[in-house]
Amino acid sequence: MATDNSANGDAAHGPLEQFEIVTLESIQIGGLDLSFTNSALWMLIAVATIAVVFGGGMRRRAIIPGRWQAAVELTYQFVANMLQDNVGPQGARYFPFIFTLFLFILFGNLLGMIPYSFTYTSHIAVTFAMAAVVFVGVTVIGLARHGVRFLSLFVPSGVPVVLIPLMVPIEIISYFVRPVSLSLRLFANMMAGHTMLKVFGGFAGLLLSAGLGFLAPVSVILIVALTGFELLVAAIQAYVFAVLSCLYLSDALDLHH
Amino acid sequence: METEAARLIGAGLATIALAGAGIGIGNIFGNYVSAAIRNPSAAPKVFGNVLLGFALTEAIALFALLIAFLILFAV
Repeated sequence: MATDNSANGDAAHGPLEQFEIVTLESIQIGGLDLSFTNSALWMLIAVATIAVVFGGGMRRRAIIPGRWQAAVELTYQFVANMLQDNVGPQGARYFPFIFTLFLFILFGNLLGMIPYSFTYTSHIAVTFAMAAVVFVGVTVIGLARHGVRFLSLFVPSGVPVVLIPLMVPIEIISYFVRPVSLSLRLFANMMAGHTMLKVFGGFAGLLLSAGLGFLAPVSVILIVALTGFELLVAAIQAYVFAVLSCLYLSDALDLHH
Repeated sequence: METEAARLIGAGLATIALAGAGIGIGNIFGNYVSAAIRNPSAAPKVFGNVLLGFALTEAIALFALLIAFLILFAV
């Protein structure tokens, strides 16, 4: 990764060590590397956690929900409202996809906050795969629904005719940048947040080894505050990913622009 | 040695982008607070949009961080 040796040596214990992908079970099929990695393990853990939390919460199906069931129902209601507000009633059939996407990202982000765990959303390969699914899915839905008229998405309404040759390329570029910005946002947020926590943790170690141990608690207190902030960011980024997917979907369904 | 120094300076310069993100995030929350004081009953309705704007602005700062990392480790 690093080109110079000093940075390379540090990387083993540096702030970027936590993003290393470790192969747990090597699987090679026809030259394809399909190894079971720590990333895949934590995805399975996230899916299992979601299944346990939601399955367990809805086990009783009481009319007056307990705390657990209320939390599950609130999450469901939150995503359902988000879809209703941004897409409208015709978005209801895409609810399972948006709900799954939201929970998978949310639990990935939150499980990543456990010390020594692995955050799969901090890898561009994972986030870009999700963003690409949203992008291709939305484009296919738009084309299937509107046919050639879908291309009118690239011609903003109410623009003077003179400006149209200028606006159409801009609209096309901004359309194709969507999956990039969508995936980069989540990946960069997660990576930056976890790097920042490790850097502040490193400060405490540096202060101790420099004989300024009495200052180390400052760094530790900052880590506690940053952990709270990172929990907020984890939830916000999952929300933003889901909301933007809803907005793209709404664009493709309605073509209002 | 000189390229190494230039790389470190470049990575440091990339963090200038934080100024813009700071202005942006300050704008969002400042305007949200002043709007919420004028019309408290409308505040919960726009809070989702505030968070959305906050996340979009924050992501811009992170693109700069990405550039800094690319300069430090990838080039």
